Formats: sequence, structure tokens, C-alpha cells
Amino acid sequence: MKVNGFAHPAPSDPRRLLSDHLRHDLGLTGTHVGCEHGVCGCCTILLDGAPVRSCLMLAVQAEGHEVTTIEGLAPEGAPLHAVQQAFHECHGLQCGFCTPGFVMSVVGLLEQHPQPTDEQIDEGIAGNLCRCTGYASIRRAVKRAAVLSAPLTPDSSTPLTPDPSPLRGEGANPPT
Amino acid sequence: MKPPRFEYHAPSTIDEACALLTSLEDAKVLAGGQSLMPLLNFRLARPAHLVDINRVAGLDRIYERDGGVGVQALARQAAVEDSELVARVCPLLSDALRLVAHRVIRNRGTVCGSIAHADPASELPAVLLALGGHVVARSKRGDRKIEAGALFAGVFETSIAPDELVVEAWFPRSPKPSAILEESRRHGDFALAGVVRAGDRLALFGVAPTPVVADAKDPARGLQPSGDLEATPEFRLHLVRVLTEKAFAA
Repeated sequence: MKVNGFAHPAPSDPRRLLSDHLRHDLGLTGTHVGCEHGVCGCCTILLDGAPVRSCLMLAVQAEGHEVTTIEGLAPEGAPLHAVQQAFHECHGLQCGFCTPGFVMSVVGLLEQHPQPTDEQIDEGIAGNLCRCTGYASIRRAVKRAAVLSAPLTPDSSTPLTPDPSPLRGEGANPPT
Repeated sequence: MKPPRFEYHAPSTIDEACALLTSLEDAKVLAGGQSLMPLLNFRLARPAHLVDINRVAGLDRIYERDGGVGVQALARQAAVEDSELVARVCPLLSDALRLVAHRVIRNRGTVCGSIAHADPASELPAVLLALGGHVVARSKRGDRKIEAGALFAGVFETSIAPDELVVEAWFPRSPKPSAILEESRRHGDFALAGVVRAGDRLALFGVAPTPVVADAKDPARGLQPSGDLEATPEFRLHLVRVLTEKAFAA
């Protein structure tokens, strides 16, 4: 299997989960493991470009396929991937445990919907759990990532401006 | 949270897969793995053999057949969700797929796998039942058509024999109006209760050991849903009535 562009042999033990193989055998500990039954989304990686749960795959199943982990999104020393940059700018993380999974899911979401609506954003990140941020800044990060990854327009070179729209579920008073 | 020991088989043809299912004792078919892998990780399932069909080529097609849509065993839920053919011929299936877990799960999960797994709270078995579709089960003995009405036998139980592989699920054209409605605690969770309307036909899920056909005028009649932390039996019956009313109001 190819992991982040490099060929690796699959493990000999078919019981090895892909998530464990990445972390323990290849040392790619950026892929986090939360629930190990597909609920939390922390272990999301790209399989041939599409986000999947690495805890719900056997490593041997990835043989012949291309796996991308959070480490492979931006080469070492290169600028961050647009989605990583957006999470950084928008404070889309606190403790960071769920972040690699969110980033990989959002890469897939923007592949499917380059300019996602609010509803598509919610749908796209619904499979990832974050216990710190309350999701508001993650939603903002997804919007920012859509701007950053759009083909270069005058807009995308401008610095981040605060989102004027009120955040759902935040703020003390509803608009009157 | 690691799978128990099993012997792994990765056949490259359907014939090879069927031969394995015939000769092996206590074998499970692994397709998308989005239900089976959690069961293995929890060790709720401990099959002696896993027959992984993901290496079988040409088993992921979605096609028009007999006025409906045929979905092969390795067609991923996301591919079926995005299929223009499915949107045109059986939009009820497209609508139902958007309620199945999350997109990342659907990137890997399969339609046939969902049906063969027969979770009583899952959407696709109820859609197959409401539409009156069937699956095609292949074994060394030949192909067998199993109508949805004869397929679901109990919680996670079907009439698919141990030596059979579901190679196709067939969904009839969805009549107008059709609708699927469900209630869950969080988007993407298993439904507390759900209803599928296909024209005049109604199927319910999440309220019995299998999906069931019901009378739209009195949908909760005869139901004895179980209660758990998320919903009491009474609440599930209430949901069935309300969701049915909504589905038939459209």
C-alpha cells in the first residue's frame, strides 16, 4: 500500500486495524484513535482520496490502495494545507484530539462541495465529535478553507475577517 | 477493542467467494465493514473466517433492470447516493441513503451489506420492504431471488443461507409520492423510529425485530417496540403515528 506517497508492505497479521498499523507500525501517530467503532471520527484518513474510518478497516484491505494521513496533507517544510491553515486561523481546535479526523473529513467535504452551504457543512462534519469547541469555530474554519482552496481570486488573498453572521447556538440574546 | 482471531480470505472472483462460503464453517462476508468491523472490534461477532469480497472486480455496478435499479454487492452507499440513475428511477433510495450514518461511513459502506446485516433500526431494509424489492443471493447451487417480504427473519437475521452471497439488491421504481422520515437523538444515529412511504405502502423500522409493513390508517396497531435509554415503547409508538401522518400529508 502507498501511505502518503511511499510504498509500505501490508502487515502480516490480518487482525491489524488500519488505524493501529498507521500508528504502531508506521509511526504515523497523527491519526488518532478514539472509540474504535466508527462513531467519533478521530481516525478518519483518505483512502484513494475519499475520507474513511481507519478503525473500521483491516490494514490488509489497504493493500494496493493509496492512504493519506494528516501527515501527508502538506509535505514537511511546505505551507500548511488549506484546511489545516483554516483551522489554525479560525481556532477550529482546542485540545486537538479530534482535529486530524475533522481535517480529513473536511478535505473530503470540500472535494464533494467546493463551496458548501451551511447545511452541507453541518452534514459534512456530523460524523466527527469534538468535545471542546462547540463546533462554531470549526464551521468557520470550513468556510475559510473553502475560500483558501478556491482558485485564486482577489478575495482569497485578503486576510481573514470576522464572520458577521451570528453563530447558531452561541450568544446570549436571540435577535429580536 | 481489537478484532478476535479469524482466518482471512480475499477471493478475487464471485465463484471463488461462493466456493469459500460453501467449504468454510462459520464464515462471515466482509464488504464495506461499517457494521461488521465494529462488531468485531467489540467482539460481539467472532466468526472463524472472514471472506473479504473487496478484491472481487466488477461487483460495484449500479444499473437499470426491469424498470428498477440493481445495486451490486460492492457499490458503496456514497456512489449510490450520488448516482443520477438512482435519483431518476428510485429517488426514495437516494433520500434514504442521506439518512444512513454519515458521508464518511457511506464512502465505505455498501447497500447490499446494510440489507444483509438486517439491523432493525436501519433504513435500507425498510426501503426494500416498502418498495417490494428483492436481493439476489448466489451460491454454488445457483442464484436465488429472495423477496424483501421473505428476507428479514429477526434481529440481524435473514433467510440468506450461510453459503450464499448477496450479489445484488434490486429496488423497483419508487412511486410518487414516496418519503422516508425518521427520528433520532442526533443526526446520523440509528433511528428511534422511522417510516417509509412508497405510494400507498408503508414500512416501519426501529420498532420491531425486523422492518414491518403497516397500515397507514392505524400504523401502530399490533406493534410492541422495545424500550431503552433513548426512548420508551410508548414514545416509539407516538413517533410511528406522527411520522406516518407527516409522510402521508405530503
